Amino acid sequence: MRRGALALALAAPLLTAQAKPVLVPDVSQRNIDIAYSFTGAELLLFGAILYPGGRSPEGNAPTDVVIVVKGPTQSIVIREKEKVAGIWVNAGRLRYRSAPSFYAVASSRPLDRLVDARTRAIYELGLDGLQLSPASAAPSAVQDRFTRGLVDLRRRAGLFYEAPGAVEITDGVLYRARVSIPARVPVGRFTAETFLIRDGRVLAAAVRDIDIRKSGFERFVAQAADRHAILYGLFAVALSVLLGWGAGRIAART
Amino acid sequence: MDIYLPIANLSVNAWVMIALGAGVGLLSGMFGVGGGFLTTPLLIVYGIPPTVAAASAASQVTGASVSGVFAHFRRGGVDTVMGGVLVAGGVLGSLFGAWLFRLLQQWGQIDTTIAITYVLLLGTIGLLMLREAVGAIAVARGRRAPPPRRRRHHPLVAALPFRMRFYASGLYISPLAPLLLGFATGILTILLGVGGGFVLVPAMIFLLGMSTQVVVGTSLFQILFVTAAATMVHATTTKAVDIVLAGLLLVGSVVGAQVGARFAARAKPEYLRLALALMVLAVAFRIGLGLGWRPDDIYSVELS
Repeated sequence: MRRGALALALAAPLLTAQAKPVLVPDVSQRNIDIAYSFTGAELLLFGAILYPGGRSPEGNAPTDVVIVVKGPTQSIVIREKEKVAGIWVNAGRLRYRSAPSFYAVASSRPLDRLVDARTRAIYELGLDGLQLSPASAAPSAVQDRFTRGLVDLRRRAGLFYEAPGAVEITDGVLYRARVSIPARVPVGRFTAETFLIRDGRVLAAAVRDIDIRKSGFERFVAQAADRHAILYGLFAVALSVLLGWGAGRIAART
Repeated sequence: MDIYLPIANLSVNAWVMIALGAGVGLLSGMFGVGGGFLTTPLLIVYGIPPTVAAASAASQVTGASVSGVFAHFRRGGVDTVMGGVLVAGGVLGSLFGAWLFRLLQQWGQIDTTIAITYVLLLGTIGLLMLREAVGAIAVARGRRAPPPRRRRHHPLVAALPFRMRFYASGLYISPLAPLLLGFATGILTILLGVGGGFVLVPAMIFLLGMSTQVVVGTSLFQILFVTAAATMVHATTTKAVDIVLAGLLLVGSVVGAQVGARFAARAKPEYLRLALALMVLAVAFRIGLGLGWRPDDIYSVELS
């Protein structure tokens, strides 16, 4: 133990360039296609930890892996209901310029045991470390209340979640985790960030992109509704008239 | 069987949507109403975003009213001149409604407005229908003498200028009255995704004093065109018409409507009206409760 530390101290000047371990992450699917039967997807995130010298340092604190999957950011307004004259109406509102539409964090151990609150905030690890920037000026107590509201809402919709213990590390070298993505996510570019953590410090980080997009018929419909709104509307009207008329004709004959 | 809705951005059970359409279609066939007042709230309860629900329910009402319009045309039960004026008002109303929809959305009050309008409208109409149906049943059972015939039309309507003749309706009134009526139902169509038949029919009878033979056909005529216009307005402004959702609802409702129409032919009309009144009141009561109860979600998120 002592000798190892000494050796490390001696070798330190030589190793600085490559002393840090490197992460080699990958995902099971780079593209997720939303088709008619899409009910969500399960991503397998896996990879290897490459230590300098080819082997994991022994005797040190255990190495942990945290994987954060984020959806495209959205500009949103959060509204808060209040009871006014006996009925619940939207009263307060707060605008956020960029809030992730999806946020899942998988880790090999509970996050609060891996890093302190400051590091969590810097790397946006965990739901309480989320940096949501309100565009409207409001006292921080109010901002916190709205942020908690948003996190709670999205957590119940399965869009925000923490999965401590979801990352499995094999022999300190290979890791893997499963992250499920519900059907309600918006389309766009998702990112999977992997962090290597030891002794409360982030040693290495790596990012992989995942594209979620509508495919085939769903893509055609979404594009038609957006780009050819008039034709799309006419088609919707024609469909309803034809179906109604057809059913009437069939019923009249029998 | 789960199906992904490309505009609503979520997946739903296709059979549930078809069954919902069939149930509403059955009622619409039985009672001669479009049934939008049931579809929109039910879709919202299922988790469809309110805008998509209102936009897609409108096209379902179009489908449900088509075969009715054809049937009434064959019988000569449509006053096309009156219908044309109502449609013109309705199209203007739906454009105004779209503007109002946007404004309320910006204020964040669209959901509350929809709910309050539903409660007031359905509550009032439901109570009126209930009173009328109970009276009609009493008359039918011979317990009470039929009420004296009403005044032909409301004095306010008679006071409007530019009178013209509507032959099929047997009226000599200002076209401004039906234009305003059409305008009001056009707004309702956009905001609530309803055809507005349950407002239009009583108003045509009690306010305009139209001859009853052409009331249902003409109201269906107006509903057909105004819901079609509302679908177009939604498609071009809110872009919230989900054609997959509309298709599922339509398949159910057009079939349900035919079954309902056969059932209605055998039932006594006053009991049908009583049942419709009770159902309308139940929906109003449920939405009213929702307004006063502490909602599950105090916070709501909206893209901006």
